Amino acid sequence: MQQATTLFHRRLRLRKGVGDVFHILFLLAVFVGIAGLLTLLVQVLVQGLPWLNWHFLTSYPSRHPEQAGLLSALVGTVWLMVLTAAFTVPVGVGAAIYLEEYAPKNWLTRLIEVNISNLAGVPSIVYGLLGLTIFVGWMALGRSLLAGALTLGLLVLPIVIMASREAIRAVPWTYREAAYALGADKWQVTKGVVLPAAIPGVLTGTILAMSRAIGEAAPVLAISALVYLTFVPTSPLDRFTVLPIQIFNWVTRPQDEFRGLAAAGIIVLLVILLSMNAIAIYLRNRYQIRSEG
Amino acid sequence: MPGSSIIEVKGLNMWYGNFQALRNISLTIPRHQVTAVIGPSGCGKSTFLRCFNRMNDLIPGARVAGQVLFDGQDIYAPGVDPTEIRSRVGMVFQKPNPFPKSIFDNVAFGLRINGYQGNLAEAVESSLRRAALWDEVKDLLHKSALALSGGQQQRLCIARAIAIEPAVILMDEPCSALDPVATLKIEDLMRSLAEDYTIIIVTHNMQQAARVSDTTAFMTMEEDRAGIVVEYGPTSELFANPKDKRTEDYITGRFG
Amino acid sequence: MKRHLAEAGDAALPPGPRAMRGGWQHLESKLVHWLLFGCALLSIATTLGIVVSLLSQALGFFREVSIWEFLTGTRWAPILVPQSFGVLPLVAGTLLVTVIAAAVAMPVGIATAIFLSEYAPDRVRRIIKPSLEILAGIPTVVYGYFALTLISPLLQKVFPDMLIFNALSAGLVMGLMIIPMVSSISEDAMLAVPRSLREGAYALGATRLEVALRVTVPAALSGIIAAFILALSRAIGETMLVTIAAGATPKMTFNPLESIQTMTAFIVQLSLGETPHGSLEYNTIFAVGLLLFLMTLVMNLLGHWVVRRWQERY
Repeated sequence: MQQATTLFHRRLRLRKGVGDVFHILFLLAVFVGIAGLLTLLVQVLVQGLPWLNWHFLTSYPSRHPEQAGLLSALVGTVWLMVLTAAFTVPVGVGAAIYLEEYAPKNWLTRLIEVNISNLAGVPSIVYGLLGLTIFVGWMALGRSLLAGALTLGLLVLPIVIMASREAIRAVPWTYREAAYALGADKWQVTKGVVLPAAIPGVLTGTILAMSRAIGEAAPVLAISALVYLTFVPTSPLDRFTVLPIQIFNWVTRPQDEFRGLAAAGIIVLLVILLSMNAIAIYLRNRYQIRSEG
Repeated sequence: MPGSSIIEVKGLNMWYGNFQALRNISLTIPRHQVTAVIGPSGCGKSTFLRCFNRMNDLIPGARVAGQVLFDGQDIYAPGVDPTEIRSRVGMVFQKPNPFPKSIFDNVAFGLRINGYQGNLAEAVESSLRRAALWDEVKDLLHKSALALSGGQQQRLCIARAIAIEPAVILMDEPCSALDPVATLKIEDLMRSLAEDYTIIIVTHNMQQAARVSDTTAFMTMEEDRAGIVVEYGPTSELFANPKDKRTEDYITGRFG
Repeated sequence: MKRHLAEAGDAALPPGPRAMRGGWQHLESKLVHWLLFGCALLSIATTLGIVVSLLSQALGFFREVSIWEFLTGTRWAPILVPQSFGVLPLVAGTLLVTVIAAAVAMPVGIATAIFLSEYAPDRVRRIIKPSLEILAGIPTVVYGYFALTLISPLLQKVFPDMLIFNALSAGLVMGLMIIPMVSSISEDAMLAVPRSLREGAYALGATRLEVALRVTVPAALSGIIAAFILALSRAIGETMLVTIAAGATPKMTFNPLESIQTMTAFIVQLSLGETPHGSLEYNTIFAVGLLLFLMTLVMNLLGHWVVRRWQERY
C-alpha cells in the first residue's frame, strides 16, 4: 500500500512536469503568431515611415522613387470599394433574406447553401479568370473599374451573405411574431421589423467584406493588369489601379528605394483596413449593448 | 350587439405533425366580453388561442380541421388571407415584445402596414390613451420602446394591438412576466377595453381569470396529451359550481 | 373615451382595415419574393460562370495539348522554345510551399487552439483572439513583401547559397498567414466539446494536459481535420505571396531552398504579359486555373463535409 502510494506520487510529479512543459509549449505557439504579427508590423513601419509624407499621398507613380506617390491607386481603391459595395450589398442581403425568411426546405435551397460555402473557398485568382472572361471579354467592359468591381463583388458575395444571414437569424422570433399578429405579410415583417433590427450586423459584415475586397490583388491584377496610371479614374469604365497592385509593383522592383515605397503603401493600406475594422467593431459593440438593454 | 356571439368554434382539431394538440373543441365566444381560458400547463391553451388568428400557420407541420367562424365566416376556409384575419384579431404575447423602435413607431406600425390614411399622430395618441399609457410616455414618444419598464412595455403592446381597431384581442398570459402592481394595471385595462373589444385571455392564474373574465373555459389534456375543453360557462358559475370533477379538482388545487 | 376610428373609422379602414392593401401590396410581395430568389440564385450562376469561363478556354488548350501530356509532363515551358506543357512542376511547386506552410501552421495553430480553449483565462483570450484575427485580415501582398524583404534575407544568413526567391520563405510566411484559420476552426471544434466530458476526466484525477490531449482533442478531431483541409486549400489557392516571394521558375523539386513557381503564380505571370488573347499560351492559364479550381473544390467539399459530420455529433 505504502509503495503504491509513492509510485503514484512519483508518477503524479512526472505527469505534472510534462503538463508544465506542454503549457509552456502552447504559450510559445501563441507567441509565434503574435510575434510574427509584431515583426511584420515593425518591418513595415521601419522601412515605410521615412517615405510616408503628403507628397507620397498626392502624387502619381514615377520612375524616380523620390517623386513617386500612390494617388491613382488610392483613388482607384476608393472607387473600387464603392462600386463593389453598390453591387454586392443589395444582392448579398437579398440572398440572405431569401435563405433565412423565404426559402423552403428543399434540395435547391440545400444546393444554394452548399454552393455558397464552397464559393467562399474558391481561390481569388480563379475569380480573376472569371472576370477576365465574362466581364472584360464577353460583356466587353474592358479592363475597367466596373469589370473589377463586379469581379470583386462576386468574390466577397459569400462573406456578405453569410454575415447578413447571421444578423437576420439573430433577430428574435418574438419581433416577427408581433408583426405577423398585426396583420403584416412576410415582406412587411421583413422590411418593417427584421431588416431594421439586422442592419448593424449587416453593416459590420459588409465592412469586413469590403476590407477583404480592397486588400485583394490577384483577381484585380488579372483584370486591370499592371498599369502605370498618371490620372485618376473619373468613370466606372476607366482603367484603374489599386493599392495592393501598386504595392506589388513596387515590391517586385529590385531597388531598395522602391521597397521603401512599397512599405509606405502598405502602411496606408493597413491604416485604411484597421480603421474599417475599428468601425465594424464599434458597430458590433453598440449593437450588442442595444439588444441587451 | 353585446350579448351576441362573435366567434364560433365548431369541432376544432389541431395537429403538430403527428401529434394531436387539440381535440374536438366547440364553443362560442360572446361579443364585448372577457373570456378566459385556464388549465394546467401543456394542455394546449396557447395553441387554442393561436387558432383564432391563424398564428399556428407560421409553424411548419401545423394542421387544423374544423371551423372557426368569425362573424359567421370560417377563417380557415380556402382563399382566406391569414394577414387579413390577423388585422381583425389582434394579439398580446406572454413576454412584452415591443419592436426595437420608438414608442411612436411601435404603435404606428400596424397602421402603416395597413395603409392607414388618417392622422397618424392622433391615432397613436388615442391608442396610447386607451392603453392607459399616454400620460407616462407622451414626452418620450420618440425614445426607444425598449427603455420602458416591463409593465409599460406590455401596455405599449396592447396599444399597438388596438391601434388597428381589431374586433378581438387575444392575450397569451399577458401578465406572467410582470410584477403584481403592473399586473393589476393590465387587469384594469382589460376590463375597460371589454367595452369596445372582445378579449380572449389565456392565463395560468385562476384568481386572475376569476377577477377579469365574464366567461371561462377550462382545458385539460387527455391520455395522449391532446388538449380538450372540459367545461365552459359563466366565470362565476364555473368557479362556484364546477360541473365536472376535473374542473373542480383543478380550481380547488387538487389537480395532479 | 372616443375611439379614434369610431364610426368614421369605417371610412378610414373599410370594411376590414385591409381594403387599402389589396392588389398593389400583393404584387409587391410577389415581386420581392422572386427578386430575393434571384439574388440567391446568383451564387449558383457564379459557380456556373466560373466553370464555363474556365472550361471554354481550357478546352481550346486541350484541343492542342492532350490531357495526359498536361497532367503527366514534367517540363513546364509554355512560352519558351521548344514549348512544353507538363503541369507537374507547377503542382510540385504548389505542394512544396503548401507542405512547408502546413508544417508551420498545423502544430502552431492547434497548440494555439488548445491554449485558447483549455488554458487561457477569459481576459487573455480576449486579447489574443483579435490579434490573430488581425493576422488573418492582412492582405496577402503584405505577406509577400514580408517574405521577400525580411524572411528571405534572414534565411540567407543560414543558407548562404539560397536565392532570394525561394519556396522556404514563402512557405514559412504562408504558414504564419494560415495559423489563424487553423486555430479558429480548431478552437470552435474544441469549444463544442461538452463540459461534462472534460469534467468526467478531471474527476478521474487527470491533469489539464491529459484532459486536453486525451479528451478534448480526440473529441474535436474531425473539426481539427476540417481546419487542416480548409487551411491547405487556402494555401494552394494563395497567389500574391508566392508570386512575390517564391520565384518564377517552374521546377520539379522538393528542395525548399530552390526557386520554384506555383500554379497561381504562373497564372499571374502570364496574365500580366503580352500574350495575345485566344492563343495557346494564353489558354494555358485557364487549363491551370481549372486544375486549381478542381483541387481546391475537392478539398473544400471534403472539409465542409467533415465539419458537418462533427456538428451533427453533438
